[in-house]
Amino acid sequence: MATSSTTDVRGRPRAVSGRAGGVAVYTVAVVAALLFLVPFYLLIRNSLATDADITGTNWKFLPTELHWENIPELFNDPAVPMARSMWNSLVVGVLGTAGQLLVCSLAGYALARVPYRHANKIFYAVLATLMIPSAVTFVPSFVLVSSLGWVSSLQGLIVPGLFSGFTAFLFRQYFLGFPKELEEAARIDGLGSWGTYWRIVVPNSRGFFSAIAVITFITNWNAFLWPLVIGQDQSSWTVQVALSTFTTAQTVNIHELFLAATVSILPLVLVFLFLQRYLVEGVAHTGIKG
Amino acid sequence: MTTITTGGARPGATASPGPAAKAKARRDGHGMRGSTRTFWLFAGPFLAGLLLFVYVPVGWSFYLSLFQAQNTVTPTKFVGLDNYADILTEGPFTDSLWTFTLFALIVVPLTFVLALALALLVHRIRVARAFFRSVFFIPTACSYVVASMVWKLSIFNGVRFGLANTVLGWFGIEPVAWIGTVSPPWYWLVLVTVRLWLQLGFYMILFLAALQQIPKELYEAAWTDGARPGRQTFRHITLPQLRTTSVAVILLLLIAAYQAFDEFYNLLPNTPYARPPLVYLYYTALGQGQDFGHGSAGALVLSALITMVTLLQGRIFGFGKADS
Repeated sequence: MATSSTTDVRGRPRAVSGRAGGVAVYTVAVVAALLFLVPFYLLIRNSLATDADITGTNWKFLPTELHWENIPELFNDPAVPMARSMWNSLVVGVLGTAGQLLVCSLAGYALARVPYRHANKIFYAVLATLMIPSAVTFVPSFVLVSSLGWVSSLQGLIVPGLFSGFTAFLFRQYFLGFPKELEEAARIDGLGSWGTYWRIVVPNSRGFFSAIAVITFITNWNAFLWPLVIGQDQSSWTVQVALSTFTTAQTVNIHELFLAATVSILPLVLVFLFLQRYLVEGVAHTGIKG
Repeated sequence: MTTITTGGARPGATASPGPAAKAKARRDGHGMRGSTRTFWLFAGPFLAGLLLFVYVPVGWSFYLSLFQAQNTVTPTKFVGLDNYADILTEGPFTDSLWTFTLFALIVVPLTFVLALALALLVHRIRVARAFFRSVFFIPTACSYVVASMVWKLSIFNGVRFGLANTVLGWFGIEPVAWIGTVSPPWYWLVLVTVRLWLQLGFYMILFLAALQQIPKELYEAAWTDGARPGRQTFRHITLPQLRTTSVAVILLLLIAAYQAFDEFYNLLPNTPYARPPLVYLYYTALGQGQDFGHGSAGALVLSALITMVTLLQGRIFGFGKADS
C-alpha cells in the first residue's frame, strides 16, 4: 500500500506519482538486488560443487548436488594453510583494531581536550599525514620494517597500521563535541586525567568506539597490499594473501578455492548482519567527515 | 548504560563559584607542566608511531630516491634527480598514470551516479527498506581478493562456462576472452564492474545519511511554490543539499582510485598494460630488481600528485568548510 500514494498521510508530496511509479521503483530495486546477490550465490554454489560442476562444458546456474564434504577437505588439505591464515587474519584484525583504537583515541582526546602550547602545530602535523595515503608509502615502510627485522612477523603486520592520522582526527572531532560537564564532574569527584578518560569519557562513548572498531576491523581483515608486501613466509600469510596465492597455484582445486573464499568472508558477513547499526553510523560519520 | 556520579559532585560544587572559575582553578592547580605532561602521556605513543612509521619512511624514501639503490637500502651512488627523470620519461610509470587517469575517469563518475541512484531508490522504498539497504551494502564485506576471484574464475572466465559467456551463449554470441585480450580491451569492463560491486554500497550509505538529513520542510515549501516533485525538486533542493557529501564522495573516490591495487594485481597477471601506479611500484621496488631508488621516486611523485589533487579540490569546492 505504501507504493501507491502520491502524497503521504500529512498531504506531503511524494516524488513518485501513481501506482506505476511505485511498481517501477520496486522493479528496479529487485533487479538491482538480484545483480548484487549473484556473486554471493556463485561463491556458495562453487564452494559446494565439484570441479567438474564448475568447469563442465554445460554450465548450469543451479548445482546438481551439494558436496558438504568439501568443508573438511579444505581444512585437512596440507597444501592450503587455511586455518593458519584465518588465525593470522583474526589476530591482526583484533589486535590491530584494539591497538589503533587505544593509541588514536588517546591522541584524539589529548588534541581535543588537553591544553598544550604546541597542540595546534602538532594537530597540523597530524593533518598533513592525511594527505599521504598509507598505500603510497609501502615502499619506504617496507624498507623500514625490514630493517627492524619484522618481515613475515605479526608485529610487522600490525604495528605500522596502528598510527592512523585519520582515526586520530576522527576521535579529535568526536571529543570536541563530548559534553564537558561530565568531565568537570569527574574532576570534582577527584578523578585524574586517566581516571576521567577511562571511567567517564570512554564508557560514555561506546557507540562511537564501536563504530570505529567495526570499520577498522573490516579494513584490517580485507587489507591486501601491506600483508602481501610483508607476509613473505607462508606462516605469516593473512587469509587475503593466502587466497591470492592459491588463485595462481595450479595444485589447488577450484572448488576448494571458492570454499576458502566463502569461509574468509563469513566473519565479516556476520559482523555486517549483527552490527549493521554501528556500521552504518560509522560509515556515515567517517565518510562525511573524511 | 554507565551511571555518572554527578550527584557526588554537588557538595563540592557549592564551594566553587562557577564553571569558568572551576576550570581556571583546575588549570592553575595542575599547572602548565601538569597538562603538558598529560598531553604527551596521551598523545605521545601515537605521535612517536606517526613519526616512525609515516614521517621517517617518507624522509627515507626521499633519500633513497636520490640514489641508485638496487637491492640495497643503504646506497652509496648519488644520482640526484636522475631517478625522477627516468620514471617520468621512460614509459611504464607514466603509462601507469594514464591507466589511473582513464580508470578514474570511468570509475569516479559512474560510482557517484550509481551510488546516488541507489540511495534515492532505497530512500524512496517504504517496504523492506532495511533489506534492500543490506543487500546493496553487504558486498562491502567482501575483499577485492575474493571479488576478483569470483569475477575472474566464475563470471568473466574467458571460456564457455563462465557466467557472462553462458548468458551471451543464450543469444548465440561467441565466448569472449574477457581478461585475456587487449583488443578490444574488455578487461576494463571486468575491472570497473568489480569495483562498482564492492564500493557502491559504501557510498550509497553516505548519500542515504545525507538524504535523511534534508529538512522535509524544504520539499513542502517547494510544493506550495509550485515546484513539481521529481526532476525539479531533485535539481533545486536535493542536489544542492547534498553538496558537502558529494564533495566528500568525489574526493574519497579519487583517492580510492589512486590506491587501486588489489583487483589489478589479482585479475591481471603482470601485464605491461593496465598497470596502475601502485602495481607498477610494487613490481619495481619489491619485484626481481628491488629497485628502491626508482620505486621511492615513483611513490613520492604519486604522493605529490595526491596532495595536489586534494588541495586543488579543497580550493575549488571549499572542502571541509561546512564542517567547521
